[in-house]
Amino acid sequence: MTNPKRFLRRHLKAATAIGAVALLGLTACGGSGGDQAAAEFTGEYTGPEVELSYWNGFTGGDGPFMEGMVEEFNAEHENIKVVSNTMQWADFYQRLPAAVTAGEGPDVGVMHLDQLSTNAARNVIVPVDDLTDTLELTADDFTEEVWNAGVYKEERFGVPLDVHSLAMYYNTEHFAAAGITEAPTDAASFEDALEKLQAAGYENPFWMPSLWPSHLINLSLLWQNGGQPYDAEASQANFASPEGIDAITWQTDIIENGYSPSNVALDSQYVAFKNGETSITWDGIWQLNDLEASGLPYAAAPLPTIGSEEAVWGSSHNFFLPRQATPDADKQNAAKVFIAWMSENSEEWAGSGMIPARESVRAAGALDGMPQEAIAENIDDMRFLPPIPGIGAVQTETLEVGVNKAVLGDQSPEEAMTEAAENASQLMEENKASFGE
Amino acid sequence: MTTLKEGGAPSEQRAPRQSRAKSSPREIRRQAPGTPWLFLAPYLILFIGFVLVPIVFGAWISLHTWDYTRPLKPFVGLQNYTELFQPDSAQFQNFWGSMQATGIFTLFSVPLLLTIPLGVALLMAKKFPGRNFFRAVYFAPYVLGVAVVAVLWRYLLDNNIGLVNYYLGLLGLPNDIAWTTSTPAAWVALVGVTVWWTLGFNAVIYLAALQDIPAELYEAARVDGANGWQQFVNVTLPGLRPVLSFVTIVTLIASVNMFGQSFLITQGGPGRETRTAIYQIADTGLRNFQMGSAAAMSYVLTVFLIGLSLVVFWLFREKKGS
Repeated sequence: MTNPKRFLRRHLKAATAIGAVALLGLTACGGSGGDQAAAEFTGEYTGPEVELSYWNGFTGGDGPFMEGMVEEFNAEHENIKVVSNTMQWADFYQRLPAAVTAGEGPDVGVMHLDQLSTNAARNVIVPVDDLTDTLELTADDFTEEVWNAGVYKEERFGVPLDVHSLAMYYNTEHFAAAGITEAPTDAASFEDALEKLQAAGYENPFWMPSLWPSHLINLSLLWQNGGQPYDAEASQANFASPEGIDAITWQTDIIENGYSPSNVALDSQYVAFKNGETSITWDGIWQLNDLEASGLPYAAAPLPTIGSEEAVWGSSHNFFLPRQATPDADKQNAAKVFIAWMSENSEEWAGSGMIPARESVRAAGALDGMPQEAIAENIDDMRFLPPIPGIGAVQTETLEVGVNKAVLGDQSPEEAMTEAAENASQLMEENKASFGE
Repeated sequence: MTTLKEGGAPSEQRAPRQSRAKSSPREIRRQAPGTPWLFLAPYLILFIGFVLVPIVFGAWISLHTWDYTRPLKPFVGLQNYTELFQPDSAQFQNFWGSMQATGIFTLFSVPLLLTIPLGVALLMAKKFPGRNFFRAVYFAPYVLGVAVVAVLWRYLLDNNIGLVNYYLGLLGLPNDIAWTTSTPAAWVALVGVTVWWTLGFNAVIYLAALQDIPAELYEAARVDGANGWQQFVNVTLPGLRPVLSFVTIVTLIASVNMFGQSFLITQGGPGRETRTAIYQIADTGLRNFQMGSAAAMSYVLTVFLIGLSLVVFWLFREKKGS
């Protein structure tokens, strides 16, 4: 017969045990640390069946294309099954270090170029030099800028899948009504276009955002003016250099000259563009599919060169290998096969609006007739953030705040950018100390 | 932990049989020591795991330069705390700026969240056709998540393409208020959205308390010739007092913990002006991986919150005594 007291005791013990396990689970988050030698990679995978977990942040119009590529890969590889886990990029960069530190990281993933050095310094991802060596991938098949930005402390941490940049979108109906026949390409023709648009009754033809992507516009202009946002030693931000001040002043002048309304809130410049309320907007090329779907009469062109040289902010999605608590050679080799295959077959990825990173893929006609074709021609003008650990957070905390204050008119461009640059330099010095450089 | 008077295996088997046979009150009490723990267990485990341990662990973290992805987490003593009080440190300006933002928000949202729901509850307590419908309408926004509320209002409040300014313009009012990109308009927007979103919760609690006030008291007041206002002051308010202290504390804590609204509607802007303390803590700890500093900030915020709560308790206790 059941013994009520023992029954009760047993359950109390069970409850205590569950509690203890829960506590252990909460506190046992210590990392294992240490270097991790990557397994020898031979170029193909012939081992037993493995399942790879693959993390990425393609939640937008790019998601279905990535899924399609993964399915194709799975169909071609009998012994490898890739399972995607797609989450918002913002969550991705918080979750990945936590998961890897807890030994629960994925087997392979994709992240932005400017995050590679940060995660390499945090020991979240491991070098992929042996992979690129075996595949004989070199700078020759990529643009030099994007290839070099994947190197941190003389080791390579990412294999570029694509490059993407800002672009200029314009409403072709508005342009026709204003009698503009060609997309503006420099400061003079851009201003001329804005004036013609105003004359044609489009009161605010170019809305200057106060938040995203205003800091990317700022960086593009700074590069166009011949400046560098960060010095070579990664200890100083140059937002308040003459090139930087010129950049932010051009942005605020757009508002002062009446081409843009003031106080453009988050995303409203893009919504206004889609609604035909404004004629020109600068945004990422990843918006192409969204604009295609909206049915708006639009065209895309490279950013006009406002400064003295052609330049535009760009970034790149890179495959990476996370550090594993218990490395499994089979899985690592399979993951490398996956990366190699995705890189070689990246022409399909062009459908997402991105530009395949490999010259050979582009030369094979991946971009023929695609809306981003015109932008891809200027791929050599794309500028990427230097591989400085922690640079992403530095920009969010300083440059974005400074640009915001200046564009909203809360501070003069000089004041706002000087403050931003000082804060950024301070953070960069702190980062240097904490990353032990 | 389950030691009983007799102890030992044999008695363990005998005791229940006895208790089943006799079932005297004393025998039942004999079984008792473990029972309350059993009933407590489900919550206790969660409480220990998600409240007590994090509190202690957080204090430990706050004494280190803590980046959980790095192998070295050097002990720095109280440095994370002293930095918060040194005007030339990196954290000083951001942290106290965010504390000020939290203060402004709390100052304006708490009084409104105490009075408007009371008004709504008084209306809803009256008998009129469609009463349940209106009760549901006022409570409805509360069931929405902060993301839904924020995205909804971000577009409604957009100063260039939003509906709010459009209708203000139709009414002949100024239609160029930058609700999300300038202060003080951003504070009006954030407080307004929060009141719209959460008033239903306070209203429901008020309503329950109103229904608990005996009708005889109102009757007696009316017999004594009290008018509506006098009934409210002398019957309704004293009847609500115990609930009022609860509602005040809960509202206060919720307001001090405001994060999602400014994170999603204003992104802390213009500049950093609407970055609240929790926003700053989340940013410091989760985005910049400075968990030590973020933990120290949390403790400073907690001290403030405890102080405020004590003041509220003291205020309500004082009135009770008189």
